Amino acid sequence: MYSEKVMDHFEHPRNVGEIADASGVGTVGNAKCGDIMRMYLKVENGVIVDVKFKTFGCGAAIATSSMATEMVKGKTLDEALQLTNQAVAEALDGLPPVKMHCSMLAEEAIKAAIEDYKARHPEA
Amino acid sequence: MERIYMDNAATTRVKDEVFEAMLPYFKEMYGNPSSIHSFGREAKKAVEYARGQVARAINAQKEDIYFTGGGTEADNWIVKGAAFGQRRKGNHIITSAIEHHALLHTCQWLEKQGFRVTYLPVDGDGLVNPEDLEKAITKDTILVSIMFANNEIGTLQPIAELSRIAHAHGAIFHTDAVQAVGAVPIDVQAMGIDALSMAAHKFYGPKGVGALYIRRGVRIDVNQQGGAQERSRRGGTENLPGIVGMGKAIEMATENLPEHMARQTALRDKLIDGILERIPEVRLNGHRTKRLPNNVNVSIRYIEGEALLLRLDLAGVAASSGSACTSGSLDPSHVLLGIGLPHEIAHGSLRLTLGDFNTEAEVDYVLDKLPDIVRILRDMSPLFHQEEGGKVLV
Repeated sequence: MYSEKVMDHFEHPRNVGEIADASGVGTVGNAKCGDIMRMYLKVENGVIVDVKFKTFGCGAAIATSSMATEMVKGKTLDEALQLTNQAVAEALDGLPPVKMHCSMLAEEAIKAAIEDYKARHPEA
Repeated sequence: MERIYMDNAATTRVKDEVFEAMLPYFKEMYGNPSSIHSFGREAKKAVEYARGQVARAINAQKEDIYFTGGGTEADNWIVKGAAFGQRRKGNHIITSAIEHHALLHTCQWLEKQGFRVTYLPVDGDGLVNPEDLEKAITKDTILVSIMFANNEIGTLQPIAELSRIAHAHGAIFHTDAVQAVGAVPIDVQAMGIDALSMAAHKFYGPKGVGALYIRRGVRIDVNQQGGAQERSRRGGTENLPGIVGMGKAIEMATENLPEHMARQTALRDKLIDGILERIPEVRLNGHRTKRLPNNVNVSIRYIEGEALLLRLDLAGVAASSGSACTSGSLDPSHVLLGIGLPHEIAHGSLRLTLGDFNTEAEVDYVLDKLPDIVRILRDMSPLFHQEEGGKVLV
């Protein structure tokens, strides 16, 4: 039911982990629903120089987290804010319809981390 | 890569002897059991022989066995058949909160038709308390239906005690024994069972065939009109090869049952003890001893079931889970919620169900692989924090 790309990112997730001195952290979802995503950003001069994630969830939740981190790494904050869940799903060669909410969570987690960064750095 | 099948509660492999027994009924003895010529007569004889095999396995009368298209049909038939067949007596049905959806969804549909249904709760091990049945039952109760063994957590219900209460109040007692037939001893006389559902593919028979046992004198409506088959209660040409296979399969599954149970129980306990020893923060779901000899169900904290199944599948192991992602809804399994698990613990459930083809080496392989898989997923989980030295902090 999953594409090869989803399975690749599930089996070999990119950027798993935490950033100790993260510039921004965003957590979305809840354990009750079975999905929690947490994104850590390291921002320098308005550019995301590093990004890590931790996810509790199904195969699609892990794969979309992994893909979303790859898509925003090296991007400016403004570019990263343009990330959509459709773009994440397309980059994974599609998701089953019942799993589209996972790509939504990935988009929301990135945005939450950027908002956290902005709240901590009002001058930016 | 060798594949290991540990999802025998979902379905089982057809045994060689069962397959061989079915084959002649496709191309040689393919007659319609209702025909009067020799082709029909030999087909009819085969159906009646299989009916005897099924009856003997549960100590029933041969005439009280009705072949169906599977366990779901049997459950639908008894619930709707009893409801409409006994409508003049009352409109109340009692079942449990952890039944299979074949039972629950049928009861929910009946509620829309004006029937009243009580769903008895279960305790933390998944057991129905007979006192709760005693309190819920009234003179309007026409049917009490409590599953013999739960398909997810394997808990075995006190069937004889529950049927006694049902009979004391004049209600029919039905049990969904789809997971229990061929796994544990069943005696419909000694246990006071009026009706019982079963499905062949759970005991190494073919898919698409099952049976409903209905004790003579128990009044329930016809299942399917349109023919004189199954004493005019389930019209339609019989699934001849399927029925022959079911007969052979149930005979094989119920001979030497004590030996068979001892073998499965030993493998089951090795798996349960091994998982609990090797992985921290795991709980066993279902009763420790009053459970099916082949069922292992654990909740592994901080991880989600579908991800676990995918990783196991990559390692060649087929299992199942009660997480929302695998149940196709937003909620985890009603059985796991029914025994009181919080959602996040229910999402991390893993069911491994053994069968006759599993070996001890396969159990060892799973015990070897599972801890690493859990570690990988926990390392990825924001719910899991590990201090140096391995003490879990969350």
